[in-house]
Amino acid sequence: MPTMQHDAFGEHFANPRNVGVLAQANAVGSVGTMGWGDAVKLMLQIDPATDRIEQARFQTFGCSSAIASSSAITELITGKTTDEALEITAADVVDFLGGLPAERMYCSVMTYEAVQNAIADYRRHGAPAPAADSATICKCFGVTEAMAARTIRINHLTDPHQVTFHTKAGGGCFGCYKQVETVLARVNAEMVAEGNLAPRQAYRPGSVPPSSEALKPRGDAPPPLGSGARANIPSHIAIPPRPAPTSAAPRPVLPPSENRDRGTPEQFELIKQAVEALRPHLQRDGGDCELVDVDGNTIYLRLSGNCVDCQLASVTLSGVQAQLAEKLQRVVRVVPVS
Amino acid sequence: MVYLDANATTAVDPRVVDKMLPLFTETYGNPSSKHGFGEAAGAALRRAREQVRALLGAEQAAEIVFNSGGTEGANAAIMSALEASPRRREIIISAVEHPAVLALCAWLEKNKGIRIHVIPVDREGWLDLAAYKAALSERVAVVSIMWANNETGVIFPVPELAEQAKEFGALFHTDAVQAVGKLPIDLKATEIDMLSLSGHKFHAPKGVGALYLRSSVRFKPQLKGGHQERGRRPGTENMPGIVGLGAAAELAAAHMDDENVRVRALRDRLEQGILAEVGQCVAVGAGAERLPNTSTIAFSFIEGESIVLLLDRAGIAVSMGSACSVGSFEPSHVLTAMHVAKEAVRGAVRFSLSRDTTEADIDRAIAAVPPIVAKLRAISPFGSQEGAPQALDQAHV
Repeated sequence: MPTMQHDAFGEHFANPRNVGVLAQANAVGSVGTMGWGDAVKLMLQIDPATDRIEQARFQTFGCSSAIASSSAITELITGKTTDEALEITAADVVDFLGGLPAERMYCSVMTYEAVQNAIADYRRHGAPAPAADSATICKCFGVTEAMAARTIRINHLTDPHQVTFHTKAGGGCFGCYKQVETVLARVNAEMVAEGNLAPRQAYRPGSVPPSSEALKPRGDAPPPLGSGARANIPSHIAIPPRPAPTSAAPRPVLPPSENRDRGTPEQFELIKQAVEALRPHLQRDGGDCELVDVDGNTIYLRLSGNCVDCQLASVTLSGVQAQLAEKLQRVVRVVPVS
Repeated sequence: MVYLDANATTAVDPRVVDKMLPLFTETYGNPSSKHGFGEAAGAALRRAREQVRALLGAEQAAEIVFNSGGTEGANAAIMSALEASPRRREIIISAVEHPAVLALCAWLEKNKGIRIHVIPVDREGWLDLAAYKAALSERVAVVSIMWANNETGVIFPVPELAEQAKEFGALFHTDAVQAVGKLPIDLKATEIDMLSLSGHKFHAPKGVGALYLRSSVRFKPQLKGGHQERGRRPGTENMPGIVGLGAAAELAAAHMDDENVRVRALRDRLEQGILAEVGQCVAVGAGAERLPNTSTIAFSFIEGESIVLLLDRAGIAVSMGSACSVGSFEPSHVLTAMHVAKEAVRGAVRFSLSRDTTEADIDRAIAAVPPIVAKLRAISPFGSQEGAPQALDQAHV
């Protein structure tokens, strides 16, 4: 049996305090989404006369650490003024719980962010929230540069893996590892200049390798995992037999323009529309795609923006292929061209 | 405690322990030695090899190579196949392979320029056979497709896949770690060239397993050393482990009917009991052919680790869909490949039974799960417990 039976962590996980919707809340802070694997919604009732948090409740989707951290933060901020609550850090939550697993530190950071968001919400008096505070560095988990920077600063982080454990940045496709390193080095340098960090502790990019042998397609390497087979074609669409294999593995090349079979203008227009319909999804992640041409059942697309370096490009491509096949109701092959 | 995590590992059968103990202090000789101690160990080694041969239905005992388990077997099989046919630079795997195969193939792709075909599965977990056929060619060195999936128990038609691979001269390896001991296997009636198994999944100790190598297969050992296992796996044999593996193999064959009748009935009762009591959950892969002992249920709007820890406190040991490995926060690749709905993909829990599982265990599990799911759903901001279902596509809750 795990040893959490009697400690604060186990208690706040198994019997969390202040769970549920707070109907009279005048401040709400949300962090995370279901797709990212964790989501916290913090609801506060703040007395406008005293600026004190009279009541706090939460709803959380996530692991034991996320639930325990949420319970802890409600206990820590109840009775505090908003200024005092803003000063409570993720480390205070961890201390309150008697520790969190190293790779779950982001759970305490989420609750810190939820308090910041809730009080910002309260102070806006119902005005809409401003746009995201800075560029997104980790699109897997929606981590912005500013969020990573303040987490590094507040929690004195000096190692990129610690940043991943505190923010999840770099814990998905590993594609943003370099950006994490850059932000870490910049903030550490600022901390040194401010006298808050010994120079020898500051992080130098490249000094710690990424944790995983990621599926990163490189330069002229063979097609990435998943792109070779006809991945993700919906099963109700019949797949015609592939022509007999020729000698060497053929690299996809765009045939000469005059030899391409674009089908009827209506068919071509349909493909164009289907590709257009997909673009907002890619743009949301900072990527994009563009229809280059069509040759029979082969659709040539150009990926740009974040899609180019994304380690999940093969997944994106097979997803695009599946969605196009679904929309067009026939088997198509999506081939990236640069 | 109720132990429903047999796909992670099983208890060593006490009869297996009895057979192993003398190897530590009495017949502790090295099978390579020429004296009486060595001969006794050699006889034990031969007996164990024959026991494993019988469980697998292999033609010859010499086709069994003892090793440390599934990861070693899969690595040895795939690396050997590439070395044995250097002109073939492609591998076919499924999207739901164990990390022992997936991570190796990712490494081979990145560092050795090997092309990897990843065959998708559908929502029930069935392999896309058309995609498999399309990927086969004379360029494929080896196909490595698991016999049964560790997370869902879904069974692939491995004998049929092996026959198709043979038409192109590709070697066929199967990770049968979850299948051996649970499914009847008769290798001599198939075209399977290599098979990996791990003892601790069927009541043998951890750290011992075997690689089946058809006698016609050219094998290139990755470990260089002595003549043990005919040079195919050098290093002094793990004699207590090997003897335990042999004894467990014999017991597994004897329990095969129990596994397929009694355990299957228990599994079905558990699954139906939970599905009947808990709404908004789905048995993953239940529409496909599955191992008789495995049930993975994905609960919407809650997260698997919380369920597993609360069940643990209630005295029930289960696993989550192998998510949140250190350094990654992505959900299980198996459930993702099966397109499990996104509100449920992080709420998957695997119940896996063994011959040690009792009726009372299942009763306790059926009683424990619904209140825990209800409790976590009351904490979750998602789902419909507060009235109308909330939109799940929003960026924020």
